[in-house]
Amino acid sequence: MTTPGGLLLALAVIVPFVGVLAGFTLGGRNAQRVAMVTIVAGLGIAIAVAAAMQRTGGGLVYLLGGWAPPLGIALRADGPALVMMLAVAVVIVGIGVYACADFGTPAGVREARAPLVFWTLLLAIWGALNLVLVSGDLFTLYVALELLTFAAVPLVSLDGKAETLQSALRYLLYALLGSVFYLLGAVLLYGAYGTLDIALLAARIRPGPATLAAAALMTGGLLAKTALVPLHLWLPPAHAGAPAAASAVLSGLVIKGSWFLVVRLWFDVLPGVLTGPSAQLLGALGAAAILLGNVVALRQARLKLLVAYSTVAQIGYLFLMFPLAFGGAALARESALAGGMLQAISHATAKAAMFMAAGLIYKALGHDRIAGLAGVGRALPLCVLTFVLAGVALMGLPPSGAYVAKKLLLGAAAETGQWWWDAVMQAGGLLTASYVVLVLAHALVPGAAAVKPRALVSRLAEAAALALALCSLALGLAAGSAGVPDVLSGALSPAALGGALVLIVGGALVASALADRLPPLPAGGFAAFGRPVRRTTLVVAAALARTDGVLRLWPVAGLSLVALVVAFGAALMARG
Amino acid sequence: MTDAINCGLAILILALAAWTIVARDTFSAVVGFVAYGLLLALVWVQLHGVDVALTEAALGSGLTGALLLYAAARLRATEREARAERPGLPTRVAAALVAACVTVALGIAVLALPDPAPTLAPQTAASIATTGVGNPLTAVLVAFRAMDTLLEAIVVLFALIGVWSLAPDRFWGGRPGTLHHSDPDGVLAYFARVLPPIGVVVGVYIFWVGADFPGGKFQGATLLAAMWLLAVIAGLADTPPIGRTWLRAALVAGPVVFLAVGAAGVAFAGAFLGYPDGYAKPLIKVIEWALFPSLALTLALIVAGAPQRSAP
Amino acid sequence: MIDAATLYGLCAALLVGGGVYALIVNPQPLRKIVAFNVIGNGVFVLFGAIAHRGAGFGWGGDPVPQALLITGLVVAFCATALAVALLLRLFDEAGSATLAPDARPPAAPEAGAGER
Repeated sequence: MTTPGGLLLALAVIVPFVGVLAGFTLGGRNAQRVAMVTIVAGLGIAIAVAAAMQRTGGGLVYLLGGWAPPLGIALRADGPALVMMLAVAVVIVGIGVYACADFGTPAGVREARAPLVFWTLLLAIWGALNLVLVSGDLFTLYVALELLTFAAVPLVSLDGKAETLQSALRYLLYALLGSVFYLLGAVLLYGAYGTLDIALLAARIRPGPATLAAAALMTGGLLAKTALVPLHLWLPPAHAGAPAAASAVLSGLVIKGSWFLVVRLWFDVLPGVLTGPSAQLLGALGAAAILLGNVVALRQARLKLLVAYSTVAQIGYLFLMFPLAFGGAALARESALAGGMLQAISHATAKAAMFMAAGLIYKALGHDRIAGLAGVGRALPLCVLTFVLAGVALMGLPPSGAYVAKKLLLGAAAETGQWWWDAVMQAGGLLTASYVVLVLAHALVPGAAAVKPRALVSRLAEAAALALALCSLALGLAAGSAGVPDVLSGALSPAALGGALVLIVGGALVASALADRLPPLPAGGFAAFGRPVRRTTLVVAAALARTDGVLRLWPVAGLSLVALVVAFGAALMARG
Repeated sequence: MTDAINCGLAILILALAAWTIVARDTFSAVVGFVAYGLLLALVWVQLHGVDVALTEAALGSGLTGALLLYAAARLRATEREARAERPGLPTRVAAALVAACVTVALGIAVLALPDPAPTLAPQTAASIATTGVGNPLTAVLVAFRAMDTLLEAIVVLFALIGVWSLAPDRFWGGRPGTLHHSDPDGVLAYFARVLPPIGVVVGVYIFWVGADFPGGKFQGATLLAAMWLLAVIAGLADTPPIGRTWLRAALVAGPVVFLAVGAAGVAFAGAFLGYPDGYAKPLIKVIEWALFPSLALTLALIVAGAPQRSAP
Repeated sequence: MIDAATLYGLCAALLVGGGVYALIVNPQPLRKIVAFNVIGNGVFVLFGAIAHRGAGFGWGGDPVPQALLITGLVVAFCATALAVALLLRLFDEAGSATLAPDARPPAAPEAGAGER
């Protein structure tokens, strides 16, 4: 039945779409004005949803047209949907403020292409994401995924250059393959159970050929859209080539849509048929993403590509929750889910901030070569601060959201006795620290001459980026006050501070071992690393970079996707 | 007898699909795809989905085919380059292997589907009376699952924005496609003069009967779009400049009316996209009448492509 | 003899497999788009077969999947159109239509690109 306040869920989806229609019709400068109004309204709706859920003390349900499933479609919001909805709203607000400097319609023109497309599609992505979060129907979710893809792809090629057009086409084709696999799975589930409603399916689902094939196909298809290694061929060029504001949307939000659907599927639809091996496989892919993404990030010459590869790695963290949640103990499932969601929203805010800072640095310098960053620390202190704060948030230092997330996940790992995921998380933190330290070291080296910004950087844009980074950093406090139990206790103990120090020093050592180009620092920490050691470690890093290059060839990526689907099918059949 | 027809149809379809996969030349592969789409429409008839058959023939084979044929002709020059990139034997063997795995798994899943099959036909039958329409698909599309149809009307608009976003900046606000000239006495111009009136009548008819019989707005709109495109290709009509406010308004009119009726449902029927008792059929008619021209225009402009000329 | 639904269901499995193969090995992007359509058709035929299995109440098939098929076909058309438009623009811009990653690093991004 529809709950009080359920209408808000329909509004959360419809209001951004109304904004798209209005902006598109009125055109020109009005598109931006409409976007601003819609962003305020959308944020209000997200907050109202939170208030309504607080009041009812549970989830919201809305039956569209008054028709109950299986014939009709229900919108539902639970805890995970709510936190994601709030995070999406906050990030969209930040990006909207940031993009004002880049996507104004120039004077003397009635309407320009890039601003109209950007503002309408920004709202389009928002509506589609909210639909992904609240839809309770597998087919409506398919339409939502396609809406998300159609809105995201044009943002990649907004500058119309050949390279970005190619990235956009690769992205579109691979994403389409992913969604067609998802649809195939949904079709099989309908054939087996006669409904597409998530709640009804959860009650009816039993292991069987059609169900297992559906689970494997849907998981594989969604992983392709999320760009989990080895299915990441499209992500680095697409996210690095787009304008900064668009990169922030794509990296911070769009990939979370398909990731959230994997969570929905595994936690709400499939628990009855999941097996230990399938969850371990998903976690193993996450671990591979963390290793590959982080190391290849260290070897990038350009800042935006570094940030894009950092996203490849961070996607990996988002999948560590699955083996922890389905590793046995039912109690661990709750904390793994909470940890995973927290990880997702801290990454959404931090990564958006990071891309925005990188975009401002690019705008000011006219390039974003990491080796050419010397002197930026003095010229653009706020941008560098934003980058570092976002990096600290990603590393998981207290009081960031990622710190709390890590604690929750480590707790789940201990509870289920899966020490190996503990090790993966610790190593991941170290690797994340390494590229943040590397960029910081480059930026803080004094330049030969004082860096003169070629273009003025908008103060408003700087503030928006910094605010998002601070959000991510303060998320731990919010989680603490929202009742996640004693997550921040001991955050300032000597042990925790020592841990943070180890992370940063260790990160510096890792960077000096694996990074391609080191900043011209005076002798010290970096030189302490022996040359022979660095020679060996560089070979390893180069090998990983080559692996990445091979994995991102189309035939290999296509094969990987289908092989993964087959592997998931096999893992789902392996029940004890 | 039907068995023989079905087997023959299945074999033909598989053969044509194989042709689109193995053909050396892309253009002939696409021609095979168009024929394959038309045969698929027959499959839908065999599976008792006449509405789907109409959609498949008009959209899946017709408009999609036109798009692909045009692209194949334009991209002739890239054939050689593409052949050089063909992956080696190990990759092809591996691809064949994983594809075979998927096919076998799907085949097993199909054979293992439950009997009797779960179906929503009883629920549809029990509720269709409240909507007043006779075609159960229309009831599903505009009442029970109206959200999907609303989203679909929005999807086509997103696709159009996406296509337009690919315009070079200098042509923004201009007309899509290149300017077409054709011999006014030629065969093309002849067809473009004779066919559209018939096509438009058939398209409107398909739309008109859709509430109670097979047919509907999507199928009718596709036919209308095709007729207009034919006139454009023959040089008898030109595409409108994309910056015009009337054009934008016409494009969004359908979804806007749909949204407005849906919003009115909140006040008068207690739910977004709900219909008050007794008003379902007229409101469904209103939505369909609003969506029909908007859809036709949107589909046609999606095929026409990004602006390539400045508006005069 | 097997019934029509099973026959076309198996036919759908073959279409999906064939399309997947073509999508992986054929380097020409337009052929990938065609292959995507073949996979999509396979999925739709399977859904149609499932609808046919659920026939009843004087209808030749379960109306819910049949209605969803129409939505699916429209979405697939949009996807194809967007992909073709991207491909043609790429060809105009680069003079080639390859998806192979270039040796060059990807384009330097431009904040607020397109306003030039």
